[in-house]
Amino acid sequence: MIIKDIDFLGKRTLAFAVSGLLVLISIISLATQGLQMGIDFTGGTLIEVGYKESADLSVIRNALAEGGFSDALVQHFGSAKDVLIRLKPQEGISSSELSNKVLEVMNKKTSERAELRRVEFVGPQVGDELAEDGGLALLYAMFGILIYVAWRFEYKFSVGAVVALIHDVIITMGFFSLLGLEFDLTVLAAVLAVVGYSINDTIVVFDRVRDNFKMLRKEESLTIMNVSINETLSRTLMTSFTTIIVVVALAVLGGQTIHNFALALLVGISVGTYSSIFIASAIVLSMGVTQEDLMEPVKEGVDIDNMP
Amino acid sequence: MQNHFPLWKNGLILIILVVASIYALPNLYGDDPSVQVSSSSTPLAEAQVKQIEDHVKQAGLSSKSVEYTNGQALLRFENTNDQLKAADILRDKMGNDATVALNLAPATPAWLNAFGAKPMYLGLDLRGGVHFLLEVDMEAAIKQAQERYTDDVRTALRTAKVHYVSVGRDKDRIKVQLKSAEEVEAATQAINKDLSSLKFESVENLNELILSIPEVEQREIKKFALTQNITTLRNRVNELGVAEPVIQQQGDNRIVVQLPGVQDTARAKDILGTTATLEYRLVDVEHDVQKAVQGRIPIGSRLYYEKNGNPILLDSRVIVTGDQIVDASSGLDQNNSPAVFITLNGVGAKKMGKVTQESIGKPMAVVFIEYKIKTKEVNGEKMRTKEKVEKVISVATIRDAFSKRFQTTGLDNPQEARNLALLLRAGALAAPVDIIEERTIGPSLGQDNIDQGMNSVIVGFVVVMIFMVFYYKIFGLVANFALTFNLVLIISLLSLLQATLTLPGIAGIVLTIGMAVDANVLINERIREEINNGNTPQASIFAGYEKAFGTIFDSNITTLLVALILFGFGTGPVKGFAVTLSIGILSSMFTAIMGSRMLINWIYGNRRVEKLSI
Repeated sequence: MIIKDIDFLGKRTLAFAVSGLLVLISIISLATQGLQMGIDFTGGTLIEVGYKESADLSVIRNALAEGGFSDALVQHFGSAKDVLIRLKPQEGISSSELSNKVLEVMNKKTSERAELRRVEFVGPQVGDELAEDGGLALLYAMFGILIYVAWRFEYKFSVGAVVALIHDVIITMGFFSLLGLEFDLTVLAAVLAVVGYSINDTIVVFDRVRDNFKMLRKEESLTIMNVSINETLSRTLMTSFTTIIVVVALAVLGGQTIHNFALALLVGISVGTYSSIFIASAIVLSMGVTQEDLMEPVKEGVDIDNMP
Repeated sequence: MQNHFPLWKNGLILIILVVASIYALPNLYGDDPSVQVSSSSTPLAEAQVKQIEDHVKQAGLSSKSVEYTNGQALLRFENTNDQLKAADILRDKMGNDATVALNLAPATPAWLNAFGAKPMYLGLDLRGGVHFLLEVDMEAAIKQAQERYTDDVRTALRTAKVHYVSVGRDKDRIKVQLKSAEEVEAATQAINKDLSSLKFESVENLNELILSIPEVEQREIKKFALTQNITTLRNRVNELGVAEPVIQQQGDNRIVVQLPGVQDTARAKDILGTTATLEYRLVDVEHDVQKAVQGRIPIGSRLYYEKNGNPILLDSRVIVTGDQIVDASSGLDQNNSPAVFITLNGVGAKKMGKVTQESIGKPMAVVFIEYKIKTKEVNGEKMRTKEKVEKVISVATIRDAFSKRFQTTGLDNPQEARNLALLLRAGALAAPVDIIEERTIGPSLGQDNIDQGMNSVIVGFVVVMIFMVFYYKIFGLVANFALTFNLVLIISLLSLLQATLTLPGIAGIVLTIGMAVDANVLINERIREEINNGNTPQASIFAGYEKAFGTIFDSNITTLLVALILFGFGTGPVKGFAVTLSIGILSSMFTAIMGSRMLINWIYGNRRVEKLSI
């Protein structure tokens, strides 16, 4: 059993400092470096081909340059046998012609015919829409949580939950920005999943806080919340641990296509676990939560009946 | 004692478990690479199926089984190699009237089929295939309509002998400039008579008329442009021989085309881009067709073949071509026999009127022309050649002189009328479409994705299970049962709903496994707490489940909220993820709370317990 009297909230200044620093670094990175947006959002063409033997990238690059695709980005994908080619959106040529032409040009120069594994073409207008829809989804999810938690608990709790979520999202995106990892639609899905996961974690703690406010009436808010976090700690760690096991399985065995997805989950779930222990409750506490905030409202009808 | 479920509750859980298992089972059998042979015009005959079998056998290939249902033949093979070879052979031998399509047929045994149990529907990223998102250029469609009307206005004015200086498009309206203001009255009448749908706008100059297409009709035109393109695409996809194509409208002006299992993606793209048109020609009744077949084709005539293969001689002069057709629809004529109603534009109508007046009583034919792109193997290199395919799709006798609107009768049944209208529309000038999104997954990557996805599910699953037993002992075992039950339930629900399973969908399942444990962790931690507080084992179990329920409910509802928002706003991969996540959350609540409780009750309920193995 895990020791149950760690003073998490006593160290909240430290936690705020650490989180503040992480968020600051993330924001600076996002502002200066930005995100390496995938073609889902920028538009463009992505072609993945496979060879039986290791492929020489310089040969492919030269072939593409000669064929008029000098701006093509060529790199290995997963293994030396797989090659990923990225092209910027091009005017006046349809996607189907483009991928056919690229393959033709390449096959002329390489000794082995490439096997087409994947083509993704996203028109610029679709890219904008996908980015907009993704942003909206994130916004609505936060808003939905804000309302639900305010209704089930109290507004201070919903502020704490949402701030913790924004914290998780910014740090996850900052991680991708800092390392220059590609941010595509599946990573966006992962970020949204992190929101879902982290709120789950936070609510479990809040739920216990609510219980304990009713049970331990004489204690201070700080003590009650600390007790609650400690009581739910083994559950929080246990669930995060099992979830991280499967996410690691995804990252290691799931293949290149969802590698970034799994990575985003890994970072997000770790940060989410940390934030539901150290940040969410600390914010609620700093906002001056009291027992009265969680009291059931006295039914007005009863009062009237009892009046003389 | 309190830890006891009534019989109905146990029964219900067990029934759900059994039913879920049955519907999840087909997924274990996998797919057979198979070839589906169907005929475009008539259902395949029993004899033809025999023939197909023989062709395959002669090539030294052995099919696992041959099924004959709904006039289609389905041949199952051991591997994709045999499947591809067989398909090539059959395409060769069966000629043009049969459609040979590659398919992945579920290898579900008959007794499961009897329950209507089907395996999950695999998305394109898992089975390989092509996904296109096409956008219809609506501005061009409206522009085309305006041009047609401009033509028609000119014709109407000319017929009514109204003198005009010019008729032309002016931005999104039609501007008629008349010689003098006196002509306005006559022009208005003429236009009202023939083109009553046009709206008159207010004008500044007295000798001018400004016309516009009303809002309602513009909407109609856009709708028509969309359905027309969908029809055209559907026809072409049928040509392609794809087993389960999806061609669907998305939003106001977009079309999704999904071609699962297509191996030769370059060919698919070519065929979707083929152009079709049609021509009206008079039938040459003066010369002998048989002589022409032998090679003596009379001058001024051309030899064609009908759908059923009969030769026919047609006049070499074209009356009207497909781009002059404005609309074609099927219905019933005055005598209640199936007919196709065709509308021509001004130029086409004039020509048609002239020819038909001279040829009453003579037959007229409709020729459907398509430029198909065929891939041939020459010296190991794949060569693509454009091939013109011409087919006479209908022959009818001219009963009366007609021009703009006319009908074609003599069709066998309403189905044929519908098909002809489809073909006519497909051949007519369509509003241009752009491919705005394409996702092609090669078959090998699809298989890789399935393998890797499954591997990570299994590994994640097993590791979590081992850990749970290690940490919670008997209660961990029970949680593992709930987890397995949950996985079975998710798979059976996805199979029942025939929801599309994609790679992000698998990721969603993996994530739910991780999170599904959460409910049991919450319960088990609560029970431990109750024991530590000095409660009896039975009371601890009861209180643990009772108290954990509220927490599980609250935390899962918020996650579900997020999943639903994802579903609402997400596209493609995000949606697939949201579907499995939502299903997973709901089913995990059931299995973790009810399923595990049932087992715990069986193990500990109704007896004296000193200590819990937790």
